[in-house]
Amino acid sequence: MQDVVEVRREPRSVEEIRGDFPILSRQVHGKPLVYLDSAASSQKPLAVIEAMNAYYRSSHANVHRGVYEISEEATEALERARTKVARFINARQSKQVIFTRNTTESINLVAYSWGWANVKAGDLIVLTTMEHHSNLVPWQLLAQRSGARLEFVPLTPEGLLQLDVYARLLEQGPKLVAFTQMSNVLGTINPVKEMIAQAHAAGAVALVDAAQSAPHLPLDVQELDADFVCFSGHKMLGPTGIGVLYGKRELLEAMPPFLGGGDMIRSVSLCSSTWNDLPWKFEAGTPAIAEAVGLGAAVDYLSTLGMDWVRQHERSITAYALERLQSVPQLQIYGPLTDELRGGVVSFSLADIHPHDLASILDQEFGVAIRAGHHCAQPLMEQLGLVATARASFYVYTLPEEIDVLVQGLRRALEIFQV
Amino acid sequence: MSMDYREYILDHYRDPRNYGRLENPTVHVEDSNPLCGDQVSMDLLVEGDHVTAVRFQGRGCAISQAATSMLTEMVQGKSVQEVVRLGKDDILEALGIPISPARMKCAFLGLRVLHKSLVLAGLERPEHADEHDDGL
Repeated sequence: MQDVVEVRREPRSVEEIRGDFPILSRQVHGKPLVYLDSAASSQKPLAVIEAMNAYYRSSHANVHRGVYEISEEATEALERARTKVARFINARQSKQVIFTRNTTESINLVAYSWGWANVKAGDLIVLTTMEHHSNLVPWQLLAQRSGARLEFVPLTPEGLLQLDVYARLLEQGPKLVAFTQMSNVLGTINPVKEMIAQAHAAGAVALVDAAQSAPHLPLDVQELDADFVCFSGHKMLGPTGIGVLYGKRELLEAMPPFLGGGDMIRSVSLCSSTWNDLPWKFEAGTPAIAEAVGLGAAVDYLSTLGMDWVRQHERSITAYALERLQSVPQLQIYGPLTDELRGGVVSFSLADIHPHDLASILDQEFGVAIRAGHHCAQPLMEQLGLVATARASFYVYTLPEEIDVLVQGLRRALEIFQV
Repeated sequence: MSMDYREYILDHYRDPRNYGRLENPTVHVEDSNPLCGDQVSMDLLVEGDHVTAVRFQGRGCAISQAATSMLTEMVQGKSVQEVVRLGKDDILEALGIPISPARMKCAFLGLRVLHKSLVLAGLERPEHADEHDDGL
């Protein structure tokens, strides 16, 4: 047998990394694409596209059923992807990684399954006012049906959580706290490890919305001691249609199933059934096998870059963007003004130009793709006194020169609107 | 083709025509685009078979607000019969620039409010108004 030699790779240049992403060489409106919307969805490296392609070309069959060769290969591909994701987030066991469609479905799974079994009338659920709709609405539905109460941790003017209010809410003994690790609007990175420890001391279960953090920060679920962690594949170089729910084993085992159907059962009679083991108890029906394979390739790709490098690269791009954007007259940035407390997301407004008009000008005259709107965080927008903001977000392939094109476009918008 | 922000569009945005409220409107309707939060409210005064006065208020992007401002100019003083017939093509013609698919909902927000108003005032059949509804 050949010895496995671990090759320590030199850090690659961003230019070289960009070569792995076919879409980044295309043009829009006759200009090179400047993709600054990775917080909405990231682009995909060839490694991911080809892994899914290879799976369909050579190994596809249904999983956990067939006794023939390619079904066994498909099953192995699915479970190998699970193991990769488990390692990526440092889960103790891969059975704690449940494949869902996306972050939203992962949170809904907990809200329905854990929520229904554990939350009663009068119970308290603590959220924050910076949450994405996907970490608000499932709890609103649970509260409406169970009679539970929702309380919210407000923000400081800088866009940080008011942790003194959080501590006071914990004194009321909530059943559950659920918060984002990184705001998709403000970029704020929350001190989740400390917040989880405080929640546990108060007897609460803690759910982390890692949709924005899992792609961009080193994530160690054991170190965080999180009870549930939810994230999506498509924001971390993987395909759409695959997401992850990580949970502590004892919690997952005690929870009733979410969706019923094939794959999640041990035995079925006409009137009752018994449930399969973890993780399959929560994976009813044929799973997104190729998408899981793609996600496995994505976490391999990120691991090769190293999540510390990813964070470092994004910090420097974010610092550069904050500096350059502040040089644009009449530009207002929302959220922390240091790259230390912020992920690679910058929301801003420019004079009184509506974000949609900005986004159209940037797209059509400069090939720059940014997000404009309420970012599925209407309560947060309301606190900021805004209907919408423009948002630029960065990833492993973002170059400082792209920030320069953005700034050039913003100056052009000021000219067009004569402000 | 590219959307360009012509001066007359920016002029309608900066200085909207028929902006404000009517004291005793025949009908008042508000609507918004849930995707972007653009808002338009409209007052119509119908006397006999004519729309004798129209006012709107709103906030949002240049396209939605300028298109609504232009629309009010097409409505003011026209017969109900003419106003009912106003459609998407009239808006696009008034804007005079290519509107990208994602911005169509912005362009037609005012039109949608106008036809809702006409339905509410009993001047238009709901099925007819649906033609101007992009399912916002």
